[in-house]
Amino acid sequence: MNLPAVLSIYKFEMLRFFRTILQSFISPVVSTSLYFVVFGAAIGSRIDQVEGVSYGAFIVPGLVMLSVMTQAISNASFAIYFPKFIGTIYELLSAPVNFLEIVLGYVGAAATKALFIGVVILGTSALFVDLEVQHPGAMLAFLVLTCVSFALLGFIIGIWAKSFEQLQLVPLLIVTPLVFLGGSFYSISMLPPAWQTVAYFNPVVYLVSGFRWSFFGIADVPIAVSLAAIAGFTAICMIAIWWIFKTGWRIRS
Amino acid sequence: MPMVDIRDVRKQYDDGFEALKGVSLAIEEGEILALLGPNGAGKTTLISAICGITRITGGSIAVGGHDVIADYRAARRLVGLVPQEINLEPFQKVADAVRFSRGLFGKRGDEALVERILRRLSLWDKRDSKVIELSGGMKRRVLIAKALAHEPRVLFLDEPTAGVDVELRRDMWETVRELQRDGVTIILTTHYIEEAEAMADRVGVINKGEILLVEDKASLMARMGQKELTVDLVDPIETLPEALSDYDLRLTGDGTQIVYSYDTRAERTGIGRLMGMLAQSGCNVRDVHTAQNSLEDIFVGLVGDQKKEAAA
Repeated sequence: MNLPAVLSIYKFEMLRFFRTILQSFISPVVSTSLYFVVFGAAIGSRIDQVEGVSYGAFIVPGLVMLSVMTQAISNASFAIYFPKFIGTIYELLSAPVNFLEIVLGYVGAAATKALFIGVVILGTSALFVDLEVQHPGAMLAFLVLTCVSFALLGFIIGIWAKSFEQLQLVPLLIVTPLVFLGGSFYSISMLPPAWQTVAYFNPVVYLVSGFRWSFFGIADVPIAVSLAAIAGFTAICMIAIWWIFKTGWRIRS
Repeated sequence: MPMVDIRDVRKQYDDGFEALKGVSLAIEEGEILALLGPNGAGKTTLISAICGITRITGGSIAVGGHDVIADYRAARRLVGLVPQEINLEPFQKVADAVRFSRGLFGKRGDEALVERILRRLSLWDKRDSKVIELSGGMKRRVLIAKALAHEPRVLFLDEPTAGVDVELRRDMWETVRELQRDGVTIILTTHYIEEAEAMADRVGVINKGEILLVEDKASLMARMGQKELTVDLVDPIETLPEALSDYDLRLTGDGTQIVYSYDTRAERTGIGRLMGMLAQSGCNVRDVHTAQNSLEDIFVGLVGDQKKEAAA
Protein backbone atom coordinates (compact mmCIF):
# COMPACT_ATOMS: atom_id res chain seq x y z
CA MET A 1 0.00 0.00 0.00
CA ASN A 2 1.39 3.35 -1.08
CA LEU A 3 0.19 5.26 1.97
CA PRO A 4 2.05 8.52 1.23
CA ALA A 5 0.20 8.69 -2.09
CA VAL A 6 -3.20 8.21 -0.46
CA LEU A 7 -2.40 10.92 2.07
CA SER A 8 -1.06 13.27 -0.61
CA ILE A 9 -4.22 13.02 -2.67
CA TYR A 10 -6.43 13.31 0.40
CA LYS A 11 -4.56 16.32 1.73
CA PHE A 12 -4.57 18.02 -1.66
CA GLU A 13 -8.32 17.60 -2.00
CA MET A 14 -9.02 18.74 1.55
CA LEU A 15 -6.82 21.79 1.06
CA ARG A 16 -9.07 22.89 -1.77
CA PHE A 17 -12.04 22.43 0.55
CA PHE A 18 -10.47 24.57 3.25
CA ARG A 19 -9.67 27.32 0.76
CA THR A 20 -13.41 27.73 0.31
CA ILE A 21 -14.47 26.70 3.79
CA LEU A 22 -16.78 29.67 4.21
CA GLN A 23 -18.79 28.85 1.09
CA SER A 24 -18.75 25.19 2.07
CA PHE A 25 -20.22 26.11 5.43
CA ILE A 26 -22.63 28.87 4.53
CA SER A 27 -24.39 27.36 1.54
CA PRO A 28 -25.74 24.27 3.34
CA VAL A 29 -26.81 26.43 6.29
CA VAL A 30 -28.71 28.79 4.01
CA SER A 31 -30.30 26.07 1.88
CA THR A 32 -31.33 24.04 4.93
CA SER A 33 -32.91 27.09 6.53
CA LEU A 34 -34.84 27.71 3.31
CA TYR A 35 -36.13 24.15 3.26
CA PHE A 36 -37.35 24.58 6.80
CA VAL A 37 -39.08 27.82 5.97
CA VAL A 38 -40.77 26.38 2.87
CA PHE A 39 -41.44 22.76 3.84
CA GLY A 40 -41.40 23.01 7.59
CA ALA A 41 -43.34 26.23 8.16
CA ALA A 42 -45.49 26.68 5.03
CA ILE A 43 -46.35 23.08 4.16
CA GLY A 44 -45.68 21.55 7.55
CA SER A 45 -48.35 23.67 9.17
CA ARG A 46 -50.92 21.82 7.04
CA ILE A 47 -49.42 18.39 7.68
CA ASP A 48 -49.59 17.67 11.33
CA GLN A 49 -47.60 14.57 11.82
CA VAL A 50 -46.19 11.75 9.76
CA GLU A 51 -46.35 8.44 11.56
CA GLY A 52 -46.21 10.15 14.90
CA VAL A 53 -43.35 12.50 14.08
CA SER A 54 -43.79 16.23 13.50
CA TYR A 55 -43.37 17.05 9.80
CA GLY A 56 -40.49 19.43 10.49
CA ALA A 57 -38.51 16.71 12.21
CA PHE A 58 -39.65 14.09 9.72
CA ILE A 59 -37.95 15.79 6.79
CA VAL A 60 -34.58 16.24 8.55
CA PRO A 61 -33.13 12.84 7.58
CA GLY A 62 -34.27 13.37 3.99
CA LEU A 63 -32.76 16.84 3.90
CA VAL A 64 -29.45 15.57 5.21
CA MET A 65 -29.45 12.73 2.70
CA LEU A 66 -30.33 15.04 -0.19
CA SER A 67 -27.37 17.31 0.51
CA VAL A 68 -24.96 14.54 1.40
CA MET A 69 -25.68 12.68 -1.82
CA THR A 70 -25.41 15.67 -4.12
CA GLN A 71 -22.31 16.97 -2.31
CA ALA A 72 -20.57 13.60 -2.38
CA ILE A 73 -21.27 13.24 -6.09
CA SER A 74 -20.26 16.74 -7.08
CA ASN A 75 -17.08 16.74 -4.96
CA ALA A 76 -15.86 13.38 -6.17
CA SER A 77 -16.80 13.89 -9.80
CA PHE A 78 -15.11 17.27 -9.95
CA ALA A 79 -12.02 15.98 -8.11
CA ILE A 80 -11.23 13.42 -10.80
CA TYR A 81 -12.66 15.30 -13.78
CA PHE A 82 -10.56 18.40 -13.19
CA PRO A 83 -7.16 16.64 -13.49
CA LYS A 84 -8.44 15.05 -16.70
CA PHE A 85 -9.56 18.44 -17.95
CA ILE A 86 -6.32 20.32 -17.22
CA GLY A 87 -4.06 17.37 -18.00
CA THR A 88 -2.50 16.83 -14.58
CA ILE A 89 -3.83 13.28 -14.58
CA TYR A 90 -0.62 12.22 -16.35
CA GLU A 91 1.07 12.28 -12.98
CA LEU A 92 -1.52 10.05 -11.37
CA LEU A 93 -1.26 7.57 -14.25
CA SER A 94 2.53 7.44 -14.14
CA ALA A 95 2.75 7.14 -10.35
CA PRO A 96 3.25 3.84 -8.51
CA VAL A 97 -0.33 3.73 -7.27
CA ASN A 98 -3.14 1.25 -7.84
CA PHE A 99 -6.84 2.00 -8.25
CA LEU A 100 -7.59 1.38 -4.60
CA GLU A 101 -5.12 4.04 -3.46
CA ILE A 102 -6.43 6.57 -5.95
CA VAL A 103 -10.01 5.87 -4.85
CA LEU A 104 -9.10 6.04 -1.17
CA GLY A 105 -7.55 9.45 -1.68
CA TYR A 106 -10.20 11.06 -3.88
CA VAL A 107 -13.31 9.31 -2.61
CA GLY A 108 -12.11 9.56 0.98
CA ALA A 109 -11.78 13.32 0.65
CA ALA A 110 -15.11 13.74 -1.14
CA ALA A 111 -16.85 11.62 1.49
CA THR A 112 -15.24 13.65 4.28
CA LYS A 113 -16.51 16.88 2.76
CA ALA A 114 -20.01 15.43 2.32
CA LEU A 115 -19.96 14.21 5.92
CA PHE A 116 -19.00 17.68 7.08
CA ILE A 117 -21.93 19.17 5.17
CA GLY A 118 -24.25 16.52 6.60
CA VAL A 119 -23.20 17.37 10.14
CA VAL A 120 -23.64 21.09 9.46
CA ILE A 121 -27.17 20.46 8.19
CA LEU A 122 -28.02 18.32 11.18
CA GLY A 123 -26.76 21.12 13.44
CA THR A 124 -28.78 23.73 11.57
CA SER A 125 -31.88 21.53 11.73
CA ALA A 126 -31.54 21.25 15.47
CA LEU A 127 -32.07 25.02 15.61
CA PHE A 128 -35.50 24.65 13.97
CA VAL A 129 -36.91 21.42 15.34
CA ASP A 130 -36.50 19.09 18.29
CA LEU A 131 -34.37 16.22 17.06
CA GLU A 132 -34.16 12.85 18.68
CA VAL A 133 -31.77 10.18 17.50
CA GLN A 134 -32.83 6.75 18.69
CA HIS A 135 -29.96 4.82 17.14
CA PRO A 136 -26.89 7.12 16.94
CA GLY A 137 -24.56 4.31 15.87
CA ALA A 138 -26.80 3.32 12.99
CA MET A 139 -27.29 6.96 12.06
CA LEU A 140 -23.56 7.51 11.78
CA ALA A 141 -23.10 4.28 9.85
CA PHE A 142 -25.81 5.22 7.34
CA LEU A 143 -24.41 8.71 6.98
CA VAL A 144 -20.84 7.53 6.37
CA LEU A 145 -21.91 4.74 4.03
CA THR A 146 -24.01 7.15 1.99
CA CYS A 147 -21.13 9.63 1.78
CA VAL A 148 -18.78 6.90 0.59
CA SER A 149 -21.09 5.20 -1.87
CA PHE A 150 -22.24 8.41 -3.54
CA ALA A 151 -18.68 9.68 -3.67
CA LEU A 152 -17.84 6.45 -5.50
CA LEU A 153 -20.68 7.11 -7.92
CA GLY A 154 -19.43 10.68 -8.37
CA PHE A 155 -15.94 9.36 -9.09
CA ILE A 156 -17.34 7.16 -11.86
CA ILE A 157 -19.27 10.11 -13.30
CA GLY A 158 -16.09 12.24 -13.22
CA ILE A 159 -14.20 9.64 -15.22
CA TRP A 160 -17.07 9.12 -17.64
CA ALA A 161 -17.68 12.82 -18.29
CA LYS A 162 -16.05 14.37 -21.33
CA SER A 163 -17.23 17.90 -20.61
CA PHE A 164 -18.43 20.09 -17.79
CA GLU A 165 -21.96 19.77 -19.18
CA GLN A 166 -21.87 16.01 -18.81
CA LEU A 167 -20.47 16.46 -15.33
CA GLN A 168 -23.63 18.35 -14.37
CA LEU A 169 -25.99 16.20 -16.40
CA VAL A 170 -26.09 13.00 -14.38
CA PRO A 171 -26.60 14.68 -11.00
CA LEU A 172 -29.25 16.92 -12.53
CA LEU A 173 -31.17 14.41 -14.60
CA ILE A 174 -30.81 11.27 -12.54
CA VAL A 175 -29.71 11.89 -9.00
CA THR A 176 -31.87 14.87 -8.08
CA PRO A 177 -35.11 13.19 -9.29
CA LEU A 178 -34.18 9.96 -7.53
CA VAL A 179 -33.59 11.84 -4.31
CA PHE A 180 -36.75 13.91 -4.55
CA LEU A 181 -38.78 10.81 -5.42
CA GLY A 182 -36.97 8.82 -2.76
CA GLY A 183 -39.14 9.81 0.13
CA SER A 184 -36.94 12.63 1.38
CA PHE A 185 -39.94 14.83 2.19
CA TYR A 186 -42.70 12.26 2.61
CA SER A 187 -43.33 8.69 3.59
CA ILE A 188 -43.66 6.18 0.77
CA SER A 189 -46.93 5.07 2.35
CA MET A 190 -48.35 8.49 1.44
CA LEU A 191 -48.07 7.61 -2.27
CA PRO A 192 -50.83 5.88 -4.29
CA PRO A 193 -50.23 2.09 -4.38
CA ALA A 194 -48.97 2.04 -7.99
CA TRP A 195 -46.35 4.67 -7.24
CA GLN A 196 -45.35 2.86 -4.09
CA THR A 197 -44.35 -0.10 -6.26
CA VAL A 198 -42.34 2.18 -8.55
CA ALA A 199 -40.66 3.77 -5.55
CA TYR A 200 -39.23 0.43 -4.43
CA PHE A 201 -37.05 0.44 -7.58
CA ASN A 202 -35.48 3.68 -6.42
CA PRO A 203 -32.30 2.90 -4.46
CA VAL A 204 -32.50 6.20 -2.62
CA VAL A 205 -35.72 5.05 -0.90
CA TYR A 206 -33.73 2.45 1.01
CA LEU A 207 -31.13 4.93 2.15
CA VAL A 208 -33.57 7.59 3.30
CA SER A 209 -35.73 4.97 4.98
CA GLY A 210 -32.83 3.42 6.87
CA PHE A 211 -31.46 6.79 7.84
CA ARG A 212 -34.87 7.93 9.08
CA TRP A 213 -35.24 4.73 11.07
CA SER A 214 -32.06 5.58 12.98
CA PHE A 215 -33.73 8.81 14.09
CA PHE A 216 -37.33 7.86 14.81
CA GLY A 217 -37.48 4.09 14.62
CA ILE A 218 -39.91 4.27 11.70
CA ALA A 219 -39.09 3.01 8.21
CA ASP A 220 -40.65 2.41 4.81
CA VAL A 221 -38.63 -0.76 4.32
CA PRO A 222 -37.03 -3.13 6.84
CA ILE A 223 -33.71 -1.86 8.15
CA ALA A 224 -31.85 -5.00 7.03
CA VAL A 225 -33.03 -4.40 3.47
CA SER A 226 -31.79 -0.81 3.68
CA LEU A 227 -28.37 -1.96 4.84
CA ALA A 228 -28.18 -4.62 2.15
CA ALA A 229 -29.18 -2.07 -0.49
CA ILE A 230 -26.48 0.42 0.43
CA ALA A 231 -23.85 -2.32 0.77
CA GLY A 232 -24.83 -3.64 -2.64
CA PHE A 233 -24.69 -0.18 -4.17
CA THR A 234 -21.22 0.42 -2.71
CA ALA A 235 -20.02 -2.92 -4.02
CA ILE A 236 -21.33 -2.22 -7.54
CA CYS A 237 -19.54 1.14 -7.61
CA MET A 238 -16.29 -0.44 -6.41
CA ILE A 239 -16.46 -3.14 -9.07
CA ALA A 240 -17.14 -0.50 -11.73
CA ILE A 241 -14.10 1.52 -10.65
CA TRP A 242 -11.93 -1.56 -10.51
CA TRP A 243 -12.99 -2.35 -14.09
CA ILE A 244 -12.31 1.25 -15.18
CA PHE A 245 -8.73 1.13 -13.97
CA LYS A 246 -8.18 -2.39 -15.25
CA THR A 247 -9.23 -1.47 -18.76
CA GLY A 248 -8.12 2.17 -18.64
CA TRP A 249 -11.58 3.22 -19.82
CA ARG A 250 -11.56 6.97 -20.57
CA ILE A 251 -8.33 7.55 -18.66
CA ARG A 252 -5.56 5.56 -20.36
CA SER A 253 -5.18 5.56 -24.12
CA MET B 1 21.70 -4.55 -18.01
CA PRO B 2 20.31 -1.45 -19.70
CA MET B 3 18.47 1.06 -17.50
CA VAL B 4 15.56 1.14 -19.91
CA ASP B 5 15.02 -1.92 -22.06
CA ILE B 6 12.43 -1.56 -24.80
CA ARG B 7 11.71 -4.65 -26.85
CA ASP B 8 9.61 -4.78 -29.97
CA VAL B 9 7.05 -2.38 -28.52
CA ARG B 10 3.92 -1.88 -30.55
CA LYS B 11 1.04 0.49 -30.04
CA GLN B 12 -2.05 0.30 -32.14
CA TYR B 13 -4.96 2.58 -31.35
CA ASP B 14 -8.56 1.43 -31.52
CA ASP B 15 -9.01 3.18 -34.87
CA GLY B 16 -6.23 1.00 -36.28
CA PHE B 17 -3.55 3.68 -36.34
CA GLU B 18 -0.17 2.21 -35.51
CA ALA B 19 1.79 4.74 -33.48
CA LEU B 20 4.67 2.38 -32.66
CA LYS B 21 5.69 -0.36 -35.08
CA GLY B 22 7.96 -2.63 -33.10
CA VAL B 23 10.37 -0.28 -31.37
CA SER B 24 13.43 -1.75 -29.68
CA LEU B 25 15.84 0.40 -27.77
CA ALA B 26 18.28 -0.08 -24.91
CA ILE B 27 19.17 2.96 -22.85
CA GLU B 28 22.24 2.69 -20.65
CA GLU B 29 22.49 4.03 -17.15
CA GLY B 30 23.77 7.59 -16.91
CA GLU B 31 23.53 8.53 -20.57
CA ILE B 32 21.59 11.27 -22.26
CA LEU B 33 19.67 9.95 -25.20
CA ALA B 34 17.90 12.30 -27.55
CA LEU B 35 14.94 10.97 -29.46
CA LEU B 36 14.73 13.02 -32.57
CA GLY B 37 11.77 13.03 -34.86
CA PRO B 38 9.16 15.20 -36.54
CA ASN B 39 5.75 15.83 -35.00
CA GLY B 40 3.66 12.68 -34.88
CA ALA B 41 6.69 10.40 -35.12
CA GLY B 42 5.73 8.48 -31.97
CA LYS B 43 8.10 10.14 -29.49
CA THR B 44 5.46 11.01 -26.93
CA THR B 45 3.67 7.70 -27.40
CA LEU B 46 6.89 5.84 -26.66
CA ILE B 47 7.52 7.87 -23.51
CA SER B 48 3.90 7.49 -22.41
CA ALA B 49 4.20 3.74 -22.87
CA ILE B 50 7.30 3.58 -20.68
CA CYS B 51 5.69 5.73 -17.98
CA GLY B 52 2.42 3.79 -17.91
CA ILE B 53 0.17 6.45 -19.41
CA THR B 54 -0.39 4.54 -22.63
CA ARG B 55 -1.04 0.82 -22.81
CA ILE B 56 1.11 -1.05 -25.29
CA THR B 57 -0.37 -3.63 -27.61
CA GLY B 58 2.81 -5.67 -28.02
CA GLY B 59 6.34 -6.13 -26.79
CA SER B 60 7.79 -5.37 -23.38
CA ILE B 61 9.44 -2.55 -21.48
CA ALA B 62 11.61 -2.82 -18.38
CA VAL B 63 13.06 -0.03 -16.27
CA GLY B 64 15.93 -0.98 -13.98
CA GLY B 65 15.04 -4.61 -14.68
CA HIS B 66 11.41 -4.18 -13.61
CA ASP B 67 8.68 -4.81 -16.16
CA VAL B 68 6.57 -1.66 -16.42
CA ILE B 69 3.30 -3.61 -16.32
CA ALA B 70 3.88 -6.70 -14.15
CA ASP B 71 6.11 -4.84 -11.69
CA TYR B 72 4.80 -1.32 -12.26
CA ARG B 73 5.39 -0.02 -8.76
CA ALA B 74 9.11 -0.75 -8.75
CA ALA B 75 9.49 0.48 -12.34
CA ARG B 76 7.58 3.73 -11.87
CA ARG B 77 9.43 4.63 -8.67
CA LEU B 78 12.57 4.92 -10.80
CA VAL B 79 11.00 7.15 -13.42
CA GLY B 80 10.31 10.87 -13.52
CA LEU B 81 8.36 12.45 -16.35
CA VAL B 82 8.34 16.04 -17.54
CA PRO B 83 5.42 16.26 -19.96
CA GLN B 84 5.34 18.31 -23.10
CA GLU B 85 2.28 20.34 -22.13
CA ILE B 86 2.34 22.57 -19.07
CA ASN B 87 -0.09 20.51 -17.03
CA LEU B 88 -0.22 22.02 -13.57
CA GLU B 89 -2.82 22.59 -10.90
CA PRO B 90 -3.22 26.38 -11.19
CA PHE B 91 -4.04 27.21 -7.57
CA GLN B 92 -1.45 25.02 -5.94
CA LYS B 93 1.60 26.59 -4.35
CA VAL B 94 4.91 25.70 -5.95
CA ALA B 95 6.33 23.92 -2.89
CA ASP B 96 3.05 22.07 -2.32
CA ALA B 97 3.10 20.87 -5.91
CA VAL B 98 6.54 19.34 -5.36
CA ARG B 99 5.52 17.80 -2.03
CA PHE B 100 2.42 16.33 -3.66
CA SER B 101 4.47 14.63 -6.37
CA ARG B 102 6.88 13.19 -3.84
CA GLY B 103 4.03 11.72 -1.83
CA LEU B 104 2.34 10.34 -4.91
CA PHE B 105 5.47 8.35 -5.70
CA GLY B 106 5.42 6.82 -2.24
CA LYS B 107 8.17 8.87 -0.59
CA ARG B 108 7.88 10.44 2.83
CA GLY B 109 8.15 14.20 3.14
CA ASP B 110 11.67 15.63 2.97
CA GLU B 111 11.75 19.41 3.29
CA ALA B 112 15.52 19.61 2.80
CA LEU B 113 15.18 17.83 -0.52
CA VAL B 114 12.28 20.00 -1.63
CA GLU B 115 14.41 23.06 -0.87
CA ARG B 116 17.38 21.63 -2.79
CA ILE B 117 15.25 20.93 -5.83
CA LEU B 118 13.58 24.34 -5.78
CA ARG B 119 16.90 26.13 -5.35
CA ARG B 120 18.50 24.21 -8.17
CA LEU B 121 15.68 25.24 -10.48
CA SER B 122 15.70 28.85 -9.23
CA LEU B 123 12.20 28.45 -7.82
CA TRP B 124 12.98 28.83 -4.14
CA ASP B 125 11.88 32.47 -4.06
CA LYS B 126 8.59 31.41 -5.62
CA ARG B 127 7.93 28.50 -3.29
CA ASP B 128 4.82 30.11 -1.80
CA SER B 129 3.51 31.51 -5.08
CA LYS B 130 0.57 29.89 -6.76
CA VAL B 131 1.39 28.19 -10.05
CA ILE B 132 -1.02 30.46 -11.90
CA GLU B 133 1.09 33.50 -10.95
CA LEU B 134 4.24 32.16 -12.61
CA SER B 135 5.66 32.86 -16.06
CA GLY B 136 5.67 30.15 -18.71
CA GLY B 137 9.34 29.37 -18.18
CA MET B 138 8.88 29.03 -14.44
CA LYS B 139 5.90 26.73 -14.90
CA ARG B 140 8.08 24.49 -17.00
CA ARG B 141 10.64 24.44 -14.22
CA VAL B 142 7.90 23.51 -11.74
CA LEU B 143 7.16 20.50 -13.96
CA ILE B 144 10.81 19.49 -13.73
CA ALA B 145 10.84 20.04 -9.96
CA LYS B 146 7.79 17.79 -9.62
CA ALA B 147 9.40 15.11 -11.76
CA LEU B 148 12.54 15.20 -9.58
CA ALA B 149 10.65 15.19 -6.28
CA HIS B 150 10.91 11.44 -5.77
CA GLU B 151 14.59 11.27 -6.79
CA PRO B 152 14.10 9.29 -9.99
CA ARG B 153 16.95 7.35 -11.62
CA VAL B 154 15.54 7.95 -15.08
CA LEU B 155 14.14 11.24 -16.27
CA PHE B 156 12.03 11.70 -19.37
CA LEU B 157 11.84 15.17 -20.81
CA ASP B 158 9.22 15.44 -23.52
CA GLU B 159 10.23 18.40 -25.66
CA PRO B 160 11.53 20.36 -22.68
CA THR B 161 12.35 23.47 -24.63
CA ALA B 162 9.39 23.74 -26.99
CA GLY B 163 8.33 27.37 -26.97
CA VAL B 164 11.07 28.37 -24.54
CA ASP B 165 13.30 31.38 -25.17
CA VAL B 166 16.99 31.00 -25.91
CA GLU B 167 18.24 31.94 -22.47
CA LEU B 168 15.92 29.57 -20.67
CA ARG B 169 16.84 26.85 -23.13
CA ARG B 170 20.52 27.21 -22.15
CA ASP B 171 19.51 27.06 -18.47
CA MET B 172 17.52 23.95 -19.14
CA TRP B 173 20.44 22.28 -20.87
CA GLU B 174 22.69 23.16 -17.94
CA THR B 175 20.18 21.65 -15.51
CA VAL B 176 20.03 18.47 -17.56
CA ARG B 177 23.82 18.17 -17.57
CA GLU B 178 23.91 18.63 -13.80
CA LEU B 179 21.40 15.85 -13.41
CA GLN B 180 23.53 13.64 -15.58
CA ARG B 181 26.50 14.36 -13.33
CA ASP B 182 24.36 13.05 -10.45
CA GLY B 183 23.99 9.82 -12.38
CA VAL B 184 20.46 10.28 -13.66
CA THR B 185 19.70 8.64 -16.99
CA ILE B 186 18.00 11.15 -19.27
CA ILE B 187 15.85 10.64 -22.30
CA LEU B 188 14.71 13.76 -24.06
CA THR B 189 12.59 14.09 -27.10
CA THR B 190 12.98 16.99 -29.42
CA HIS B 191 12.51 18.10 -32.93
CA TYR B 192 15.25 20.66 -32.55
CA ILE B 193 18.39 19.14 -34.00
CA GLU B 194 20.39 21.77 -32.19
CA GLU B 195 19.17 20.41 -28.91
CA ALA B 196 20.08 16.82 -29.68
CA GLU B 197 23.47 17.98 -30.92
CA ALA B 198 24.13 20.07 -27.82
CA MET B 199 22.89 17.65 -25.20
CA ALA B 200 22.95 14.05 -26.19
CA ASP B 201 25.49 11.28 -25.87
CA ARG B 202 23.47 9.22 -28.28
CA VAL B 203 20.81 10.14 -30.76
CA GLY B 204 17.88 8.00 -31.82
CA VAL B 205 15.97 9.03 -34.89
CA ILE B 206 12.31 8.05 -34.90
CA ASN B 207 9.78 8.56 -37.64
CA LYS B 208 6.34 7.07 -38.26
CA GLY B 209 6.60 4.78 -35.25
CA GLU B 210 9.93 3.28 -36.21
CA ILE B 211 13.41 3.85 -34.88
CA LEU B 212 15.49 4.57 -37.97
CA LEU B 213 18.78 4.50 -36.14
CA VAL B 214 20.37 4.92 -32.75
CA GLU B 215 23.96 5.94 -32.68
CA ASP B 216 26.64 7.68 -30.73
CA LYS B 217 26.25 11.31 -31.67
CA ALA B 218 29.84 11.85 -32.76
CA SER B 219 30.07 8.64 -34.76
CA LEU B 220 26.68 9.32 -36.29
CA MET B 221 27.89 12.59 -37.65
CA ALA B 222 31.23 11.19 -38.68
CA ARG B 223 29.68 8.21 -40.40
CA MET B 224 26.84 9.90 -42.10
CA GLY B 225 28.22 13.33 -42.54
CA GLN B 226 29.01 15.05 -45.74
CA LYS B 227 31.89 17.45 -45.44
CA GLU B 228 32.72 20.55 -47.36
CA LEU B 229 36.23 21.70 -48.09
CA THR B 230 36.60 25.39 -48.81
CA VAL B 231 39.74 26.64 -50.43
CA ASP B 232 40.44 30.39 -50.21
CA LEU B 233 42.44 31.70 -53.13
CA VAL B 234 44.86 34.63 -53.06
CA ASP B 235 43.77 35.88 -56.49
CA PRO B 236 40.20 35.55 -57.73
CA ILE B 237 39.61 33.41 -60.83
CA GLU B 238 36.88 33.77 -63.44
CA THR B 239 36.35 30.11 -64.23
CA LEU B 240 37.48 26.86 -62.74
CA PRO B 241 40.62 25.44 -64.30
CA GLU B 242 39.94 22.92 -67.07
CA ALA B 243 42.01 20.27 -65.28
CA LEU B 244 39.56 20.19 -62.37
CA SER B 245 36.48 19.50 -64.47
CA ASP B 246 35.99 15.96 -63.13
CA TYR B 247 35.64 17.32 -59.59
CA ASP B 248 32.30 18.48 -58.20
CA LEU B 249 33.32 22.04 -57.43
CA ARG B 250 31.59 25.35 -56.86
CA LEU B 251 33.15 28.73 -57.30
CA THR B 252 31.91 31.29 -54.77
CA GLY B 253 32.99 34.48 -53.03
CA ASP B 254 33.47 36.37 -56.32
CA GLY B 255 35.93 33.80 -57.50
CA THR B 256 38.04 33.70 -54.34
CA GLN B 257 36.63 30.46 -52.94
CA ILE B 258 36.42 26.96 -54.32
CA VAL B 259 34.04 24.65 -52.43
CA TYR B 260 34.42 20.91 -52.68
CA SER B 261 31.78 18.56 -51.25
CA TYR B 262 32.90 15.08 -50.36
CA ASP B 263 31.77 12.06 -48.47
CA THR B 264 33.84 11.19 -45.42
CA ARG B 265 32.73 7.59 -45.81
CA ALA B 266 34.33 7.26 -49.27
CA GLU B 267 37.53 5.25 -49.58
CA ARG B 268 39.32 8.19 -51.19
CA THR B 269 38.19 11.70 -50.56
CA GLY B 270 40.32 13.05 -53.40
CA ILE B 271 41.50 16.00 -51.34
CA GLY B 272 45.22 15.40 -51.85
CA ARG B 273 44.88 15.15 -55.62
CA LEU B 274 42.68 18.22 -55.72
CA MET B 275 45.22 20.29 -53.83
CA GLY B 276 47.98 19.08 -56.12
CA MET B 277 46.00 19.97 -59.21
CA LEU B 278 45.17 23.40 -57.84
CA ALA B 279 48.88 24.12 -57.38
CA GLN B 280 49.60 22.86 -60.91
CA SER B 281 46.91 25.15 -62.31
CA GLY B 282 48.66 28.11 -60.77
CA CYS B 283 46.10 28.92 -58.12
CA ASN B 284 47.70 30.30 -54.97
CA VAL B 285 45.96 28.94 -51.88
CA ARG B 286 45.54 31.34 -48.96
CA ASP B 287 43.64 29.08 -46.56
CA VAL B 288 41.79 25.78 -46.33
CA HIS B 289 38.97 24.84 -44.02
CA THR B 290 36.43 22.04 -43.70
CA ALA B 291 32.96 22.00 -42.21
CA GLN B 292 30.98 18.99 -41.07
CA ASN B 293 27.33 18.83 -41.87
CA SER B 294 24.97 19.17 -38.93
CA LEU B 295 22.67 16.53 -37.55
CA GLU B 296 19.93 18.35 -39.33
CA ASP B 297 21.27 17.34 -42.71
CA ILE B 298 21.61 13.78 -41.55
CA PHE B 299 18.11 13.80 -40.19
CA VAL B 300 16.54 15.27 -43.28
CA GLY B 301 18.44 12.72 -45.35
CA LEU B 302 17.16 9.81 -43.24
CA VAL B 303 13.54 10.90 -43.17
CA GLY B 304 13.74 11.66 -46.88
CA ASP B 305 15.03 8.15 -47.60
CA GLN B 306 12.12 6.70 -45.66
CA LYS B 307 9.68 8.74 -47.70
CA LYS B 308 11.26 7.56 -50.94
CA GLU B 309 11.04 3.95 -49.79
CA ALA B 310 7.40 4.42 -48.93
CA ALA B 311 6.73 5.89 -52.36
CA ALA B 312 8.56 3.06 -54.15
